[in-house]
Amino acid sequence: MQTTSHLLSLAIWVPILAGLLVLATGGDNRAPMARSIAFVGALMGFLVTIPLYTGFNVQSVGMQFVELTPWIAHFNVNYHLGVDGISVLFILLNSFITVLVVIAGWTVIQSRVAQYFASFLFLSGIMNGVFAALDGVLFYVFFEATLIPMFIIIGVWGGPNRVYAALKFFLYTLLGSLLMLVAVLYLYSKSGGSFSILDWHKLPLALNAQKWLFFAFLLAFAVKVPMWPVHTWLPDAHVEAPTGGSVVLAAIMLKLGAYGFVRFSLPILPDASRELAWFMIALSLIAVVYIGLVALVQADMKKLIAYSSISHMGFVTLGFFIFNAYGVEGALVQMISHGFISAAMFLCVGVMYDRMHSRQIADYGGVVNTMPKFASFFMLFAMANCGLPATSGFVGEFMVIMGAMKANFWVAFAAATTLVFGAAYTLWMYKRVVFGPVANDHVAALTDLNGREFVVLSALAIAVLAMGIYPLPFTEVMHASVNDLLRHVALPKL
Amino acid sequence: MTPVNTALPDFLPALPEIFLLAMACVVMIADLFVKSERRTASYLLAHVSLLGCAGLTLLVMAGTMNTPIYTFSGLFVADTMSHLLKLCAYIAASATLVYSRKYMLDRGLLTGEFLTLLLFSVLGGMILISANSFITVYMGLELLSLCLYAMVALNRDSAASTEAAMKYFVLGALASGLLLYGMSMIYGATGTLTITEVAKAIGSGSSDKTILVFGLVFTVCGVAFKLGVAPFHMWIPDVYHGAPTAVTLVIGTAPKLAAFAMAMRLLVNGMLDLAADWQQMLAIMAVISMAIGNVTAIAQTNLKRMLAYSTISHMGFLLLGLVSGVVGGNWFNAADAYSASMFYVIVYVLMTLGAFGMLLFLSRAGFECERLEDLKGLNRRSPWYAFIMLVLMFSLAGLPPTGGFFAKYAVLSAAVAAGQVWLAVVAVFFSLIGAYFYLRIVKLMYFDEPDDAAPRGSVVEGPREMRVLLTVNGLALLALGIVPQPLVALCTLAIKSL
Repeated sequence: MQTTSHLLSLAIWVPILAGLLVLATGGDNRAPMARSIAFVGALMGFLVTIPLYTGFNVQSVGMQFVELTPWIAHFNVNYHLGVDGISVLFILLNSFITVLVVIAGWTVIQSRVAQYFASFLFLSGIMNGVFAALDGVLFYVFFEATLIPMFIIIGVWGGPNRVYAALKFFLYTLLGSLLMLVAVLYLYSKSGGSFSILDWHKLPLALNAQKWLFFAFLLAFAVKVPMWPVHTWLPDAHVEAPTGGSVVLAAIMLKLGAYGFVRFSLPILPDASRELAWFMIALSLIAVVYIGLVALVQADMKKLIAYSSISHMGFVTLGFFIFNAYGVEGALVQMISHGFISAAMFLCVGVMYDRMHSRQIADYGGVVNTMPKFASFFMLFAMANCGLPATSGFVGEFMVIMGAMKANFWVAFAAATTLVFGAAYTLWMYKRVVFGPVANDHVAALTDLNGREFVVLSALAIAVLAMGIYPLPFTEVMHASVNDLLRHVALPKL
Repeated sequence: MTPVNTALPDFLPALPEIFLLAMACVVMIADLFVKSERRTASYLLAHVSLLGCAGLTLLVMAGTMNTPIYTFSGLFVADTMSHLLKLCAYIAASATLVYSRKYMLDRGLLTGEFLTLLLFSVLGGMILISANSFITVYMGLELLSLCLYAMVALNRDSAASTEAAMKYFVLGALASGLLLYGMSMIYGATGTLTITEVAKAIGSGSSDKTILVFGLVFTVCGVAFKLGVAPFHMWIPDVYHGAPTAVTLVIGTAPKLAAFAMAMRLLVNGMLDLAADWQQMLAIMAVISMAIGNVTAIAQTNLKRMLAYSTISHMGFLLLGLVSGVVGGNWFNAADAYSASMFYVIVYVLMTLGAFGMLLFLSRAGFECERLEDLKGLNRRSPWYAFIMLVLMFSLAGLPPTGGFFAKYAVLSAAVAAGQVWLAVVAVFFSLIGAYFYLRIVKLMYFDEPDDAAPRGSVVEGPREMRVLLTVNGLALLALGIVPQPLVALCTLAIKSL
């Protein structure tokens, strides 16, 4: 198994190189070429990740597909890549979503086409880097580099208030990650000059130091997840971002923060994690319940889905900090499933927005009369969003609630309210937008899905259903790694 | 009393300086015979001089092999740090020439004086870099500063330039006075002007600590003025703003290398045993600089002023390395910390070159690119140069994957290794604030549409060598963000050879 393979490097660099090629096509007069190259690049990027899944050894708890070369010898920084059962699926998810985003932006984007597609390809490669990095500095470099393309995406192709949203997004996330840099440097000096995350897992640390580090990492990851109360950038960013930007933001970028918790906070700082679990659980439950209520009153569809994302991500952080296999695995499943569902929901809103140029729920009504195919897809994803059994949304939520039940009944009870609120805000929105008589002339003039939209939504629909009906291919990959993580977290390292 | 040494000193280590001195005079005289407006002959001659210096420096470097060579009775030292910084200074000066030629030509300022003064200022910087005696430090510093004062006032008809030159001169003279005062006290306490001897005298513990520390305070003030760290930063915004942009570029680049070398020579070579005292002062200055620089820059609408405040904050970051060298009398962190600072200053010079080079590139006859709005919609007008500027801005903000990130990373790492975590936290906090105004430039270039009403060409063009150099400059910063190892290793080598 330990033969050096370069699959992870390919997963990172193929999209980035494709992005450079796309950029090289230049101005908008060569937009068709830019689109084709972007599509081929994204597809190649996805294809090179498939062997990561097929060649993955589900029994092994160690890192697989490891690559290790010195990068900056002077600082002992290595180009150290590897995946375990926790991270491998996110690389696939990310590369998959990138293909869909490229297809979805095919005709919608008409200005600075090459730059648009290049930004997404860069972003895709960089985010694969975050999930694959096993070196603290490498992780940080990728983690921060994601900001640049997203900043450009929101700022250039976004809505009317895009500048505000882009700056807010950037500065908020930078605030968190800069403190993480200090934490990383601190770990480096404590560990006697190692940046290897795996070495840090074994590093003994005093409880006080652990707590400081925990808060430094917490800020970085909590902003990204985002957890209440540092979530306010997300609705702004989502509303202003172009559809593709929202999709990547919700489907992948939010996962970077949650992934950070499992890769850094839990294994490196197990004692602080256990000590402060009540705090994390409290924040997560506030996100689940309070943000769920906030979502209920939104008049803007994108904002509603954004709040629903925050609420769902609350489930993820909740699952991590109840420290049992159901909770952690459920949280990971929830992350993947939310990647599919939120992407689909934002794409659905995008489909309507491209036709009506409005995201206000009040501007719609009776869409089912003019767009029956679309309404069926939207129905499926709305149901998945509220966690209907046989969709992927159910599996994660159910597992987390089971895990919470083992830990504490009232925590599980509060978490379970999401099944009510989630159904309420999603279905109420669905009802107002899709059902009823045709609301106005604009709705009457709507045309149903075109071929491209149909393909994109079908791909996501298959994923959502497959994961809901037969989640084993997803869970079996993470099983060994999650158990290893939990064993590790249970051991004090003071 | 040692007998007067009548033997000729070893000239070899100072060959680059001697060559540049001769060439600067040649350029001055040859320029009298150059008739053309474009001054191609003297311009090329200046480049040749710098190239020759680079060749000679490499020659000396190969000859000395990593061991410091003292000559002129210990007044002058040639070591790896000096070679490396000098090479960077030549590159900076050469790039400055390329960037400023068209700008100065358009304004009728491309005179022989400009070229000669530039070469002499480089010479001053070189002497400062290689100084091993207070006298040499002072000589180099004055040669450098006097050239800069004159260059700021090069545009005699501009009230702003003249005012800036006056301010610079008066404050510079004051700082030189403080420095001299400090040096004289240290001389009084140790009985020697040679920096290596001063270090020995302090190390032996026979000198009066009170006088030494007094002298140290004044010396630190002088160094801080030259670096431009708060609270000795007042001149920077006015001079950066008032001087012609090309001269701002001169001031912002090679002299910073020299100022860094001066700090290294005086504080580290000379007074490492007093590190506990000067580190405290520098730590406070670093925090104030980062605060003032980053916060005030947000309020600026003039690009040159904004970059001036950004300089102040960058110099604060630079100090982070200098304050982390000695921990509780222990030197284990010294090589890493000082080389981090050195790496920082070199990357900083590259970024400044690019940023001001871009302003020069976008300016044309009758139009100064110096307001923030002048960058509006640059991505529409020229995607490539907008991208280069984007790299420069993200590098200045210290974001990966650019050289600026590793510069910040290196000094922060030094600070954390020295146990000064609080300093690192303060620094990242201010760099977050700083990120805002760099992002604002990216926003102007990418998110805003060009302002067509303003009298500026919609086409971005410039001489070929300038376009090529700007591209190389931007990509170099990107490359440093991806493979910083060679330069970091060189800096460490240089510091270890001290």
